[in-house]
Amino acid sequence: MNIDELIENFAFFDSWEEKYQYVIDLGRHLEPLAAEYKCDEWKVRGCQSQVWLVPTFKPHSIHFYGDSDAILVKGIIAIVLMIYNDKSPEEIKNVDVQEIFAKLGLEENLTPSRRNGMMSMVEKIKQYATGAK
Amino acid sequence: MYDVEKIKKDFPIFRQRLNGRPVVFLDTAASAQKPLCVLDKMRAVYETAYANAHRGSYAFAEQITTEFEAARQTVQKFVNAASAREIVFTRNATESINLVASSWGEQNLCAGDEVLISQAEHHANLVPWQNICAKTGAKLVVFPIADDGSYLKDEFEKHLTEHTKLVAVTAMSNVLGTVFPIKEMAERAHGFGAKILADACQYAVHNIIDVQDWNCDFLAFSGHKTYGPTGIGVLYGKAEIMENMPPYQFGGDMIDHVTYQHTTFADIPARFEAGTAASVQAIGMAEGLKYMQALGLENIAQYEQELIKYTVERLNEVPHLTQVGTAKGKGGVFCFDIAGIHPQDLAFVLNKENVAVRTGHHCAEPLVNRMGYTSLARASLGLYSTKEDIDALIAALCKAEKFFRES
Repeated sequence: MNIDELIENFAFFDSWEEKYQYVIDLGRHLEPLAAEYKCDEWKVRGCQSQVWLVPTFKPHSIHFYGDSDAILVKGIIAIVLMIYNDKSPEEIKNVDVQEIFAKLGLEENLTPSRRNGMMSMVEKIKQYATGAK
Repeated sequence: MYDVEKIKKDFPIFRQRLNGRPVVFLDTAASAQKPLCVLDKMRAVYETAYANAHRGSYAFAEQITTEFEAARQTVQKFVNAASAREIVFTRNATESINLVASSWGEQNLCAGDEVLISQAEHHANLVPWQNICAKTGAKLVVFPIADDGSYLKDEFEKHLTEHTKLVAVTAMSNVLGTVFPIKEMAERAHGFGAKILADACQYAVHNIIDVQDWNCDFLAFSGHKTYGPTGIGVLYGKAEIMENMPPYQFGGDMIDHVTYQHTTFADIPARFEAGTAASVQAIGMAEGLKYMQALGLENIAQYEQELIKYTVERLNEVPHLTQVGTAKGKGGVFCFDIAGIHPQDLAFVLNKENVAVRTGHHCAEPLVNRMGYTSLARASLGLYSTKEDIDALIAALCKAEKFFRES
């Protein structure tokens, strides 16, 4: 599934309950992150739950693995990775993640609050992309 | 009679609707909502008599200075200090504790000395001591609490020695609700020649403080938790101790006489109030304290006691919920964990249900870890909290439980 298909799917939901049950499901199907990476070294700082993000650099793109101990956060990570995975550093830089989350009706997950770590994760992805250039 | 419905109407924010419904605010322990009288008072000062306090000699300046110093007297009465000279206005309780750590700590601590704190301290009453101990070579000693969050007298007395120079302890834990017997602890500390600082951030919101009866040397609390504005806090310190303490920051009117070569410093409390005072905030804070006094601190405490009992009972009805911090006589903060649900997930559903609680480590990471968790949800009471608020919390928790069970 790509992000446009996801946006289409999200349009069918009437309530937040349905929408977030689906988000939780996306988290369940998230590519697993090996247990050895769930340590401080790969932790994204500034998240209230534990969030891990691991990049693997390909010749022209980056593939990320992620996980969280909070299941809603894990679902949001699945969406963030769907947006950014296997893109080139240049493409990563040009993604408007706010706009995509607004289309999904999930913008409340990307606030600047320090308690909500998703922005920190997006920043981290961008940092990896900048470093890869 | 304590008419909580009428009291709630004093707080304009509770007229707010989110998605057409009222907000159930159960996060007073983080910061309290503000009664109209506080907002009106601050606006009135800005509109009728604003100037820099303690600077000019014209009408506005005289007026605001008078009000600022009257605010100091209100705080003095609130904690029953012997003199208004013993009341220093700071930015918040954290700054109050940092002031003592920097000024008193640097002057009085050296290698071989110990600072004794409890396991129940939040970062504000832990990190400043870590820092000053690292600087001076003194040792930070932490005495344990019980698994249910209770104060352990034996442990305190075991760790209090002739090396202890200062005991810094919370009067009421922001995570566990445990109330610490400051008066009794002060007597013990003084027996070893140690000073004692009480962190009354939470305690001040719910109970009567009497620094003379407690005989504590320092006490800190903040305005924003006692129904006043942000940006203002208080340090109480015994005059004979503060008179011998060096300034904490420099500049403004904390001086006696300045030349390009040398400065002599002002008497207390001005010595510790460098720069332009947050005068309007201090006046607003005093208004919040007067509001509490008008309701009657005994009445607030009595009302909250009943609500605490109700909350404990109702939380026990939620499936798979464990309350963390169940000491006898605890105050109105309730940390809890629901097995299998991350607090952040829980908070998400609660927010959808318009229930405001705090989740995370509550700026007390070592304590949350000591209790066996990395993150907890916390509901806390204020003088405007009602049984209906608690009912809404329980309903939202049950909904969250169901939502995640079925997911």
